[in-house]
Formats: sequence, structure tokens, C-alpha cells
Amino acid sequence: MFDGEKIKEIERQRERWENTTLPKWTRQSPERKSEFRNHSSMLIKRVYTPEDIEKLSYMRDLGFPGEYPFTRGVHATMYRGRLWTMRMFAGFGTAADTNKRFKYLLKEGESGLSTAFDYPTIMGYDSDHPMAKGEVGICGVAISSLQDMEVLFNGIPLDQVTTSMTINGPSPMLLAMYVAVGDKHGVPREKLGGTTQNDNLKEFFAQKLCIFPPKSSVKLTTDIIEYCARHLPKWNPVSISGYHIREAGANAVQELAFTLYDGIAYVESTLERGLKVDDFAHRLSFFFASHSDFFEEIAKFRAARRVWAKIMKERFHARNPRSMWMRMHIQTSGCTLTAQQPLNNIIRTTVQALAAVLGGTQSLHTNSFDEALCLPTVESATVALRTQQIIAYESGAANTADPLAGSYYVEALTNEMEEKAMDYIQKIDDMGGVIAAIEKGFFQKEIADSAYRYQREIDEKKRIIVGCNEYMIKEEKYPIELLRIDPRVEKEQVARLQKLRRERDNKKVKEVLEKLHYAAEKDENLMPTIIEAVKAYVTLGEITEVLRKVYGEYKELIVI
Amino acid sequence: MQGERKIRVLIAKPGLDSHDRGAKVVARALRDAGMEVIYTGLRQTPEQIAETALQEDVDVIGLSILSGAHKALFPRIMQLLEEKGLSDIMVFAGGIIPEEDITEMKKTGIKEIFGPGTPTDTIIQYVLNNVPKRT
Repeated sequence: MFDGEKIKEIERQRERWENTTLPKWTRQSPERKSEFRNHSSMLIKRVYTPEDIEKLSYMRDLGFPGEYPFTRGVHATMYRGRLWTMRMFAGFGTAADTNKRFKYLLKEGESGLSTAFDYPTIMGYDSDHPMAKGEVGICGVAISSLQDMEVLFNGIPLDQVTTSMTINGPSPMLLAMYVAVGDKHGVPREKLGGTTQNDNLKEFFAQKLCIFPPKSSVKLTTDIIEYCARHLPKWNPVSISGYHIREAGANAVQELAFTLYDGIAYVESTLERGLKVDDFAHRLSFFFASHSDFFEEIAKFRAARRVWAKIMKERFHARNPRSMWMRMHIQTSGCTLTAQQPLNNIIRTTVQALAAVLGGTQSLHTNSFDEALCLPTVESATVALRTQQIIAYESGAANTADPLAGSYYVEALTNEMEEKAMDYIQKIDDMGGVIAAIEKGFFQKEIADSAYRYQREIDEKKRIIVGCNEYMIKEEKYPIELLRIDPRVEKEQVARLQKLRRERDNKKVKEVLEKLHYAAEKDENLMPTIIEAVKAYVTLGEITEVLRKVYGEYKELIVI
Repeated sequence: MQGERKIRVLIAKPGLDSHDRGAKVVARALRDAGMEVIYTGLRQTPEQIAETALQEDVDVIGLSILSGAHKALFPRIMQLLEEKGLSDIMVFAGGIIPEEDITEMKKTGIKEIFGPGTPTDTIIQYVLNNVPKRT
């Protein structure tokens, strides 16, 4: 960006400044710490100058918004055209309870749905399974069959709203149910838009809601990618997720690198099905966390787009620029929020959400201030949505694309993020890929080490968390109302499910389950059979049970 | 020789939730404080936890749960420990347990509940001060 002579002059001037102006100030008031580091342990300099981005080439490294390498955003107009999708993660109780919350959030201005399922659903158990006891509808909505899904989306126009579903192992079943509801509403399948998280790889080392062993899990992820490429052109089959990697304890660089590598693995597994990269890569989507170090996060989002574009172009030889787009959803970071003085979490979420917007996200969930205590109440979810609306309409941050480009600091951090992520990618390549690295416990160890280091920093007050390890209030009473799930939810849900089992065509159920067993053993793409099964009101648990028999269950590799 | 026996702690994850960051951090902190720590891994049934406690001959159990299912699971775990004659094990818990449930959970025999934001040193000190004496 700068010619050699100018850089030399800046270098001379910096040295002069360091020898004259700076010492006067440091003598008078020494710096607060001997060194400043971000969450990824990068050393942060006192001041950044053109020297730090001497080698940056505008057209090679940044370019224009909507053009390779997409550092400045995937859309040419960014938020001047369309704002990001305000997509609030919601789900609790019965399908009817969550349907009501969905409609409330849409009425209040959210622009996309995002579904939180309860743990039994996530683990592929029906609500009446012994493992489900005490968990039904508690951390998300209970969905055991198409009957529940019909209630969940009752009165919601599926051709106008896109729906994200946080589901991994049972993604084929939940997507099949969504397709079946769409069919019932008369919505053409090419108009169904949304996302299944369906990123089974990160489950093994981050979110850890694994059902099947790694190879079978990747097979199911790939079934959906392949099926969508052929039949659901507006569906994002996978949301390659760094969020859970980060929340499990990883730092920003680890989050970025491990997520990108999972993406590489899915591209490879789909190419093995005989699809061409440009047939499906444009529908791969990503999901990151926005943590508290503002500039580090912005640099991470910018670097993520650039590295992915390069990977798609150079490693996979994509030709269509859309295959090189990294479209992302961002969620503000739950693990940064405190149970103490919960209203402070509104401020944390605001800073994190602003980083997401300045980082160029396509979609955003903002956490509620009661995150560390319970699921969001109507009040706390509304404040979280309003936070996005204030950034969108009042802050001016949405008026221009990539406003921080050219900042010496942000560009230097973006470069460092890229370099460090590429080092990890090389390392994982050398280990033989992502499954080999999982089996070695590599990711698990990296994440556990980072989590422990972070906690030590808090315990030793090297990292200040306001209201938690500094500025505490003694004898604090929660000033807020908490959402509690009525125990009636489990009883009602179980009764409804058992009634369904009695009243459906059980001969048809048996036939389609046998067909599914056969298809799984023959290693066919299971989506068509699973759609047929859910339409016959075969339950989530029954389908998962067949797949458990064929694939086996994953046994956790414990790494402390 | 009894004095040389390290405190044996079982860190257990009942319920279906997979938030193991806290459990692992606590496990490691107790280990670094000189204790012998066994971590069960995720999604353990009350029966599995009680059985592991028996097999591993532990002095202390730390239960971690963030799914909200503590009301269904904690009383069951405490009942099973009693049935196995393990009532002398000191049990503490952590995770997301609303304040209004704490009294009820303590009535089942759980000695202490540590919420989010608890420093690991507080937990270490608590275990050191409350570990049952071996007879």
C-alpha cells in the first residue's frame, strides 16, 4: 500500500517518537500492563502504523465488497442494500409455546426464525424415552414427530420466512419434517429457505452432542448437502460452526482455524459423491461467535472470508465466485455473560453485536441478559432484538461497507489471524485431516487448555470481568424475573406422543422403518426415505434407533 | 499411611446437556490442587454415577448440570448413593441452578452449589475444608 521511501520515513519518525515523546509520557504515567494481549494471546502493539501493513496489497488482499477475496464483505452494497437477518434463537416448552414466541418475535421485527430444540430431540430421543426424563421442553422445544413440527410452524408462511434449525445428528429427520410441513402448506420445495446446522464434526470436540461415530456422522451431513444441491436450492444444508468451538473454550484463532477445517472436510466428502464444487459450495454457510475483544473479533470475521475464498479457489478450484463466498451467521458470546449483575450483559452483547456488524455478518442472534441464568423471557429477548435494531437504525454502522478497512490495527490483526489460522490448517493436514485429529484428541486438548488458561486469568484477575471478579456487589439479589418451564409440558408432550403412536398407521410405520434399515445398510442417501418416514408419522426416536443399530453409537474420548 | 492418600473426587455430568467446559475446568483445578480426579464424561445416568462413585471409592462428588434437569436427577442420584451405603461421600454441584431451587436441592443432601462465576479457588478450598474424614 505504501512505497518503500515513505515507509522508511515513517520508520525514522517512529523511532524519533519512541525516543522523545513517548518516554516523557511513560515516565509520568507508566502503562497499565507490561504487555497487552488479546484472547488469542497475540501481542498488541502500542500503536500501529503503515509499517505494519507495508505488504498489504489493496486489490489482492481486500478488493471491493462483493468481489474476491471478499474481505470487505460478500455483497457489493452490504447493509445499504439489505440489513443482516435478525435471527433470534428461540425454543422452549411445547411446539405451541414456541410457535407463540416465534410469532411474537416476527411481529417485533425479527426477520428470520431460529429454532432451539430440547436435549432429547437433539440426542434423537422421543419425549417419552427414559433418557428424556426431566429434560422435555426445558432447554428448547420438544419435537418428536411431524405432528409437533406442524404445530411449531402453524400459521408461519414458510415461503416468506427462512428458518434455521440448531440440530446436528438428527438433522435429516428435522429437515424432512420441515419439508413435509412445507408440502402440507403447499410451498414449492424450491422456495423453502433456511439452514440446518448439520455440522457433525464440531460435535466431537466442541458441542459434544454426538450420536453416531464420526464417519457415519459425516455421511449424514453429506447426505443433506447432496440432497439439497439436487432438490432444495434455497436451503443451506450445513452451518459450519465455530460458535460452539469458541464457547467450549477455544480462542479466536482456534475457532477460526478449526471451523475452516471442518468446512474443508465437508467439501471433500461431498466431492466424493460426484458433485462438482460449484454445484454445492455456494450453499455452505458458517456460524461464528462474537466474543468481547472488539477488534480481534472484527479481524477474525474479515480474515475468515478471505481465507475461505482462497481455500475454495486454490485448494478446490471453484470457478463460480459465489462458491468462494463465506456467508455467516454470528451469535454474541454466551460464555462471556455473567450471572452477577445481569443487566451488564446488555452492554456486553451490544459491543459484541457491533463487532459482528462491523465484521460484515449476514445474520445475527443477540443473547439475552439472563443467558447465564435461564432461557430468555419475553422481556429479555425483546431487549436483545432491540439491541440489533438500534445498531441497524441508529448507530450509522450500517451505512457503508466494511468501515474499518484500512485501519492499520485492524488490517494487521486480520493478516495475523489469517497467518495463524493457516498454520493450524497445515498442522491438521499433516495429521491426516479432521477425523484423525479428533481421534488423537488434538482439538479437545487445544480447547481444554485454552479454557483452563482463560479461567486462570479470571481467577488471578489478569482478566477483569466486571461484576464477576471486580466491582462485585455483595449479597446480590437477582433483580430479574426468570423463565421457568412448567412440569405440565413433559406430561402433555408424552401423552400427545403416545396418542399418536396408537392412532397412526402402524403397519406403514413398520414397513418404512424396514426400508430405512435397508437403505442405511446399503449406504444410500437417506433423505428420501426419511422424508417418507416422517410423513407416515414415524417418530424422531424410532428413526434414530434404526440408525443407531446400523451405525453404532459414539463413545466419547475424554480429554481433560 | 492414611495421611498420604490423595482426596479422590468424581466429577460427573448427569443429564443430556453437553456443556462440559466448567466440569473440565473444575476437574483440572482440583487435580492441580493435588487431588485425584476422575471425570465421568457426558450424559451419565444417576445409576452410572452412583456405580462409578462406588467403584472408584471417592471421597467427593462434583455434579455439573446446565440443562435444567437437576430437579429430576439430583434427588435420584442422592437416593442411589444412600442405597449403596455411600452417604458419607461429600457431594457438591455446579452449573445453572436457579437460586430458588438451591434450598430444595440441598435438602437432598447436596452440601453446596456453586453458580456461574465461582472462582476455582473457592471450590478447591471448599473441598479441602469439607472432605469427609476417612475412618
